Order: sequence, then C-alpha cells, then structure tokens
Amino acid sequence: MQLVRNFWQSQIGKKVVMAVTGLILVGFVVGHMVGNLQVFQSAAKLNAYGYFLKHTVGGALWAVRGVLLASVILHVVAAVQLTRQKQAARPSGQGYQKYEPQISTFASRTIRWGGFLLLAFIVFHILHFTTLTIYPDYSPTDVYNNVVKGFQIPWVTAFYVLAMGALALHLFHGAWSSLRTLGLSRPAARPTARPIVTALAGLVALGFAVVPLAVFFGAVQPAAPEQGIPAEALEASALQQSAGAPAGASTTAPTSTLAGH
Amino acid sequence: MKITLHVWRQAGPKAAGKLETYTLGHVSPDMSFLEMFDVLNEELVEAGKEPVAFSHDCREGICGSCAMMINGAAHGPMKGTATCQLHMRSFKDGDEIWVEPWRARAFPILKDLVVDRSALDRIIQAGGYISANTGGARDANEILIPKPDADSAMDAAACIGCGACVAACPNASASLFTAAKISHLGHLPQGQPERFRRVLTMVEQMDIEGFGHCTLYGECQEACPKLISIDTISRMNRDYLKATLTKRPEPTVEYAG
Amino acid sequence: MELNSKVPAGPLAGKWDKHKFDVKLVNPANKRKYEVIVVGAGLAGASAAATLSELGYRVKCFVYHDSPRRAHSIAAQGGINAAKNYQNDGDSIHRLFYDTIKGGDFRAREANVYRLAQNSVSIIDQAVAQGVPFAREYGGLLSNRSFGGAQVSRTFYARGQTGQQLLLGAYAQLEKEIARGGVEMFNQYEMLDLVVVDGHARGIVARNLVTGAIETYAAHAVLLATGGYGNVFYLSTNAKHSNATAIWRAYKRGAAFGNPCYTQIHPTCIPVSGDHQSKLTLMSESLRNDGRVWVPKKQGDKRAPGQIPEDERDYYLERRYPSFGNLAPRDISSRSAKYVCDEGRGVGDTGLGVYLDFSDAIKRLGKKTIAERYGNLFEMYQRITDEDPYEVPMRIYPAVHYTMGGLWVDYNLMSTVPGCFVLGEANFSDHGANRLGASALMQGLSDGYFVIPYTIGDYLAGLKPQPVDAAAPEFRAAADETRARLQKLLSIKGKRTPTSFHRQLGKIMWDKCGMARNRAGLAEAITEIRALREEFWTNVNVIGEVGSLSQQLEIAARVADFIELGELMCRDALHREESCGGHFREEYQTEDGEALRNDDAFAYVAAWEYAGDQAEPRLHKEPLEYENVKLSTRSYK
Repeated sequence: MQLVRNFWQSQIGKKVVMAVTGLILVGFVVGHMVGNLQVFQSAAKLNAYGYFLKHTVGGALWAVRGVLLASVILHVVAAVQLTRQKQAARPSGQGYQKYEPQISTFASRTIRWGGFLLLAFIVFHILHFTTLTIYPDYSPTDVYNNVVKGFQIPWVTAFYVLAMGALALHLFHGAWSSLRTLGLSRPAARPTARPIVTALAGLVALGFAVVPLAVFFGAVQPAAPEQGIPAEALEASALQQSAGAPAGASTTAPTSTLAGH
Repeated sequence: MKITLHVWRQAGPKAAGKLETYTLGHVSPDMSFLEMFDVLNEELVEAGKEPVAFSHDCREGICGSCAMMINGAAHGPMKGTATCQLHMRSFKDGDEIWVEPWRARAFPILKDLVVDRSALDRIIQAGGYISANTGGARDANEILIPKPDADSAMDAAACIGCGACVAACPNASASLFTAAKISHLGHLPQGQPERFRRVLTMVEQMDIEGFGHCTLYGECQEACPKLISIDTISRMNRDYLKATLTKRPEPTVEYAG
Repeated sequence: MELNSKVPAGPLAGKWDKHKFDVKLVNPANKRKYEVIVVGAGLAGASAAATLSELGYRVKCFVYHDSPRRAHSIAAQGGINAAKNYQNDGDSIHRLFYDTIKGGDFRAREANVYRLAQNSVSIIDQAVAQGVPFAREYGGLLSNRSFGGAQVSRTFYARGQTGQQLLLGAYAQLEKEIARGGVEMFNQYEMLDLVVVDGHARGIVARNLVTGAIETYAAHAVLLATGGYGNVFYLSTNAKHSNATAIWRAYKRGAAFGNPCYTQIHPTCIPVSGDHQSKLTLMSESLRNDGRVWVPKKQGDKRAPGQIPEDERDYYLERRYPSFGNLAPRDISSRSAKYVCDEGRGVGDTGLGVYLDFSDAIKRLGKKTIAERYGNLFEMYQRITDEDPYEVPMRIYPAVHYTMGGLWVDYNLMSTVPGCFVLGEANFSDHGANRLGASALMQGLSDGYFVIPYTIGDYLAGLKPQPVDAAAPEFRAAADETRARLQKLLSIKGKRTPTSFHRQLGKIMWDKCGMARNRAGLAEAITEIRALREEFWTNVNVIGEVGSLSQQLEIAARVADFIELGELMCRDALHREESCGGHFREEYQTEDGEALRNDDAFAYVAAWEYAGDQAEPRLHKEPLEYENVKLSTRSYK
C-alpha cells in the first residue's frame, strides 16, 4: 500500500499512470475509429455492429466501459495534479518576462488545453450518441441514422471536427511521450522526428473526422430505419419505448423532418 | 556594435525586481557575452552605480556557474553552448537583448541574475553517487566495461549542473539533471548495486525540492550546453518503474542484547 | 623559522610505507571528537573532505562557489598520469617518479615525488570504483594515451573532460558524506583569514558571500586546498574567481611561501582578442601532435597565412629542436613563441600569436581523421575565434596556466603553521620548477585521498580530543581585522575599479615576471607594484557593502592580496639567479638560448616568511638532496 502511495505521490509515478491510461485510451480510439468506418459499408453493417457490442458482448461491455472510465478519471486527475505541481514549480508572477520555446511542439505546449477540450467533447459525445440525452428522439438501435441526423447540424459537425484536431495533437504528443515515459522507446537522435506517431495521430483523427464530414457534405445519406437489427430485438425495444417513454415518440417526428432537409 | 540590454535587477531574495535598460555603445563581436557584462559593470561602477551581480567562473563552459536566460532561451541562441562561451557575434548591431535569471521555485533568486541552485546538490546527496569509500578499490582493469557502455555513461556524465534544463523547461522540471546522473551510473557495472535504490531516492528528492514534472517538451535537451539527451529520462523512468515493482522492504536490524 | 621536511629516512621506495607505519593513529572512537576544516572542494579538497569524513572525523568544508562541483579542477582537459603500465611499454613507479623530477628541472623533493608516483596507481582504482567513465577499449580495458611528450602511454582520460569527471567523482563522494552527516558543507563562503592560537591553526574567518556575514569557525586542523595563484597575471587559464587569498592570509599568519616565482606558461592557448579579454582559454596540448607551429620569416608580414609561400615561413620549433620539433616541452615552446613575437613576426591583429597549422596533417591523414582526433577542440576554437581551423591555421599564444609554487609544506603536507595543512596546487610540493602534463590531477587526488588521511592523524593524535575553544580572543580579533579591511576598501571611494588595478598588475607581471625575466625588469616590477599597491589603497572605488552579496567587494579583496603576492613572486624571481623550468632568467642561458641551471647555488626550495607589510620577507632555504637521481641538463634538441 505504502508502495502504491509513494508511486502515486511521485511525479514519475503519476506520469506512468498517465502513460498507461493514455495508451489504453489510444487503443480504444483506434478500435472506435475502425468501427465507425463501417458507416461507409452500409447502414445494416453499422447497426449490426452496434447491436453486437450491446448484446453479444453484453456484460463484458460494461467491464470495458469501466476500464475506460477509470482510465479517463485517472488520466484527468493525474493531469490536474501535475499541472498544479508545475504551476507551483514556477509560480505565476515569478515567470519569465520573455520566454521563447526552442523546440517544443505546438502539440506538447497545448496538451493540457487540448485535453480539456477532449474531456468536454467526450462528455458531449456520450450525451449525444450513447445516452441520447441531447436528442432523446434518436433510436437506441439505429446507430446509422443517428449518425446521419447528428452530423447534418453544422455546429455539431464543426465541433466534432475541431475535437478531432485536438485529438490528433493530443495523440501526436501523448502517444509518443507515453512510450518515453514508460521507458519503452528506443533512443532517438532527434525527438521531433516521430513518423509512426505522426501517422497514427493523422489516421485516427482523419478516420474519425471523415464520418461527420461525409454526412455533412452528403456523401452518407439517411437510410431506411433500423436496418441490420434482429426483428425480436426491435420488438423488445418498441415495447420498452411505448412503456417507458411516452414523450419520446412525439419528439421523434420533428427532428426527423429537420434531418430530412 | 551598439547593444541595448534589458537586465533583471533584484536587490535581494525578498525584494521586488524589474527589468532595467542599459545601452552599450562599443561592443566588439569578439567579446564573449560575459565580457560584455564585464564592460557594463565597469561602466556602472565608474558611474557610481551598483553593478549587475551574475554567476560565472571558469568561462570555458565546464564549471556550470553561468546562468542567463537570454532573449527567452536558456544560455542564449547558440546550441550546445553555455552563456560564457556565447560570443557577441551571435548578435547584430542595434540588437535588443533581454537577460533574466533562471526562474523556478527551487532556484530562489539571491540577487540580480544570481540564483541558489543548491537543490541540485541535494538531489545528488539523495543518491547520485556510488558508495565507494577511499581505499577499498580493486584494480581498475578488473572491471571490464564495454566501450559503448563507457561512452554512454560519459555522454550522461558530461552534465555540468548549470540548471539550464530547469530554466528552459516550461514545468521547471529537473528531470534531465536527475536522469543524467542516473544514466551515468546506471550504464556502469559499478553503479549496479545501488541502481534501483538510487533512482527511488533521487526522484523523491526531486519532488521534495519542488521541481515540476516532465512533459517531454524537449526544451531541456535543446538548452543543455552538453547536449544531454532526453533519452536519459526514459531510462530514469524505466528504472523507477522497475525499482517500484521489485522493491523489497529493507530489513530492520535487530540488535542482540 | 625552521624548515623541517620530515622526510623519513631509509630507501626511497620504502619511505612512504615506513612513514605510514610510524605515524600515530587516532583511536577510532575519538575520531569524531576531532573537527577538521577543509577550504576548497576541488580535487584535493573534495577528496580530502570526503575521505576524512569516511574515517570518522567531523569535517566542515568551505567553498566560494554555489556548489562544490564547480572548482577549477573541473576545467582540466588532458588526463591523469598513473604508473599502471597497462600498455606494457616499460612504465613503472620509478619511471613516473624520474620523469616528474626531471620534468620539474630537479627542483622538487625526491621523497614527495616518489610517493606521488606510488599513489598514482591507487587513484585510478579509486576513480573507477566511483564510476568515473574513463575511456575504454572495445575489450573493456582502460585506454591510455601518451601526453606532453612522455615516452610511455600512461595517461588515463575521459574524452577532453578528465578533470571534470575526476572532480565529479570526488564531489559525489563528498555529497555522500554530506548526506551521511560527516561533512557540513558551506557553499558560497570565502575564507578571509586563518586563526592561529598559541602558534597552531585553530580555525578560519569566512565571509558568507550571500548575506555578507563575517563568521568564524574553529577546528583542530585547517586544510587549505584553494588552488593556484595564476590570476596574479589577470589573464590566465584559471577561472575568474580563482584567487590566492586563503594561502596569502595563511602566509601572513606565518606559513612560509615556497618558490612563488615558479609559474607554468602553457604554449597553446587562444590569443587575446582585445582589451575586453577577461580570461584565456587553453587548447589541449595534444594539438601539437599533428599541428606545425610557424610564423612568417619577414617582420610585420600582414599577409593572410595562405598567401605566405612555404619558403617564407619559419617553422621555428622544428628548426631549433630538430628531434622534438613541435612537441618540445611547454616552457620551451612558450618561450620560443614569445621570442618570435618580440621580433615582430607574430601574427593576428595584436601581433601576439603564432600559427598552429594542420594543413599538412589534413593532406596526409585526411580531414576525417583530424576531425576524429580534434573535432571538439576545433569546434571550441571556431566558437571563440570565428575562424575555421580546417581552412586557416589556428592562432595560438602562451598563457599562464599553473603555479608550481605555493605554501611550503613538509612530507606530511603541513605548513610552517602547525595544524595548517596545504593540499593540491596550493602547496609547492611535487612539481619543482615545471609541471608535466596530466600531473596536476594526480597530485590533487594523491594529496586528498591517500596522503592527508594518514598524516593528519599524526598531528591530531598529539592533541587532546576536546572541543577547540571557539571563544578564544584570537577568533574575534581576526574577524574584526577582516571586517576592518573590507570596510577600509569600501571607504576609499576613489576613481578606479578593482578590475582596472588587477589588469595593471597583470601587465606588470606578464611583461616583467612572465616567460622571461631579468634583473632590471624584476627590480622595476617591484617598484611598480609597490606604487600600484599604494594607489590601490587610496584610489580604488568599491561599490557594495560588507553585509550583503557584493561581487565588487569580493574582487577588490582578492586584488589587494594579488598585488602583495605579485611583489613576492618578483622578489623570488629576482633572488633566483639561475634559469630552471618555468623560471627563465635571461642572464642565465646557454649560448643557444637554453635555460642554465645552477645546482651548486640554487638546488634548494626558497621559502619566504612574512615579516610585516613594509618589511622585506625573510628567505629560508630547504636544501634539495638527490640520492636517487643524477642531476642532468634537459635537452630536447
């Protein structure tokens, strides 16, 4: 226990926690991004994938969500505490009158602000597509049409694309420095040259951003509802809806019309 | 050359400081940066004014005394060069130059550009050595050290303890300093017995002194007059992780009788 | 004053072992009852402080730096000699001993030098155990190189930073002992006086350079490891703050000063570039292995070096010393450079420089090989001069580098003030009239790791293990005197800066007590220095205050002591009517301009005793007896 406490209290310990949780989240976003791209295959494919995650993976999904949630919390708490330490290490008012960064990347200098933007995005994103809190008229099973509806709204698309820019920067510095923090990287003569991480950050951000953009510019069109979902599941969900959320049905219609424009 | 200087002046540790502006009319490009400060101080003394206090000694880039933040960069614009080896030919006629002390909570300002860097000594005290009391050494050639290991150790051992890494780091982190010592000793067979104990105590001391953490900006490596690589930091972290995972509680000695 | 060298009797090779057995030991339980003050934390000071603490003594260590890692030992580039004979090329303790005695032009004490050669072997072992990353071969064994014209490869090195690595090794051990509580460290403290009670050194007066407080510290013994006094010349390769105050104050309290005129002037330094010059930078002597030294044959030839055809160049070292050529010893190379510049054939804007030309070597070996050998030095040169030595010849000129003289010590390293020990460059002991390359590091560490731990016990065992009375009136008196001296400096409020006096002193010393000296010049120098001293104490302008961080006050106090020491150096140079090693008297030279020693009249150590500020110092002589070597004349023709 003492060991764990010492480890958490030391700055390297906290950095290791950030690195490990960060790498878990990198793994997650890569998987998530690949899953998303099914939107270009067909509505049925994407919906079936959503159904597979929810029902076939089932309970294990909650375990995964637990790990992800814990990772995010640890990552954020460690980041906040380290930021406080850093602020104490050179208190404001005792800083330089003139300071010129020599080699640090824009990504590294903005990692904290970018992180907060991503955190806000994650919260929004969960409320948007997972809990459906923002637009309760979305179907819990028709992932495809939810996506299409979602990204036909300009500011939503803009926000998602902006967040993916932040994600690219966050990955470009974070994924690279995670390996260094864990001491796993090979010595490098020039730390600014990091081709693998550059490719990773670029592909992930692009892979994510292409979906909202494709929807927004009409490359992905709405499809017939609830494709790819087993009939019995639909029935079950319909039962649930009529029983549990009577208001849901009334809001569905206007949004759909809106989305149709 | 004509040079305008904005120099941080602070009468003492508790006093408020501010940038003062001075103009030097005849600066030779062959002067070192510190020689320009000598000229400034001679002029100030002749005018009956308090000269600028600054740290310096060997003026060969090896003692690590000199410490100036020049135009927002630790040790100024030239890579791999301590302030004392920077020459005025790196600047142009008519340039304005800002000169500030190292700034970090762990480096309190004593006066003008002089800061207290004893925190770095305390990090070494925490374990930056091989416990080898005088007299017990075996023959030097009985320890075989592969050349690449000796070279890597030397790369890290080149640290001059100037504190530029802390000064340049946006987090005021002493990671490069600490990691350089850990890497130097960790590359050598003589350093192995205390390797994991050392990393735990030195890192702990680094925290106690109030240095920030490492975000791997790379600014330290760029500022380091000896070009010590941030690869040493990876090594330190790896050792720290290993040390934490493998640490056994030290046996408490029980005395008979 | 009586000079008793206390060299043990018996055969040379057995003296040190015998002495180690004969010295008194301090009971281990009593060691912590003895306090030792160490001033300085260079190689000698740090190694002594750490080792004495390991033995159980309570140590207080004082440095003027903000960390003990910054002492000027750190700047030594070349290497450290040791008689390991790892290269199987015929080296031995006796050979290192002989080379050092001969290199010192037969003006060093045999027994000390032999002990130095013996200890050299243990130093390397100790340094490796501490983790000093000496250069290695692929097989993992230690690498050696030959250095400074030695016939064997006995120099161990860590790139061009050997001094740094050895110092950091000693510093690490010191930090280890600080952490353990055996050493109390006083950073940013400058020793300003030695406190002598009943004829014994019992403490120091030191000024806290941050707060300005004048404080006194008591101990059973005081070790001075404060380095050399080359900064008397203002321009030298020493660090800016290197100073003579500690040893000069001890001298004024009764410690005799040995051979003050023996100064080493290193031939390969970067020339002065203008009046702003604050110090000189050494380029490693190893450059002379491949570089050829030359000047134009014609006086005042201002053509660019590339424009001067081969037959109008004078490779004067190769011409005068055909067998050693460009590798002639330091003193000879330096003097030759001075002569050609005096003839008006010097190069560069100031005319004070000679070429060190690598173009032949680059043609013969290729640029790559030269870059491998000297890349970092070439880079350093280019950084300072903005000239590319691959394209144009380097310009070099001699500079003051090391002082062989220092406080006189006996075989136990104790000065003529009992309880005051002197280590490293601060003492006079091992290098005679000229020091060999890569021997300074060896001496500092030998004194600190392997001599003082034994010999100090012999002194301390004679004292009662009771605390020193820090309230003795001598402490307060010395502190008051120090305070008064500093106040006096501040109260003059004259017209000139302390540095301007220092520069002027340096010029007098360089011109008249430098590479070549003569009777008339030295007499003039003494008169001029006296006048300078007079002016200093009436016309210096020191800005600052005793009670705070005041760098100008620090400089002024040091310059005041340099002025007095400069006079003593001239006096010693004037009295020594012979040429030997770094001391070249123009009146005493052979027909072809080589140093002419006078062993009948001057085979002694000149130890000067302070007799008052206005009185002339008293000369004492310690005869040098050579039982094991035959005095010969050095020849490098």
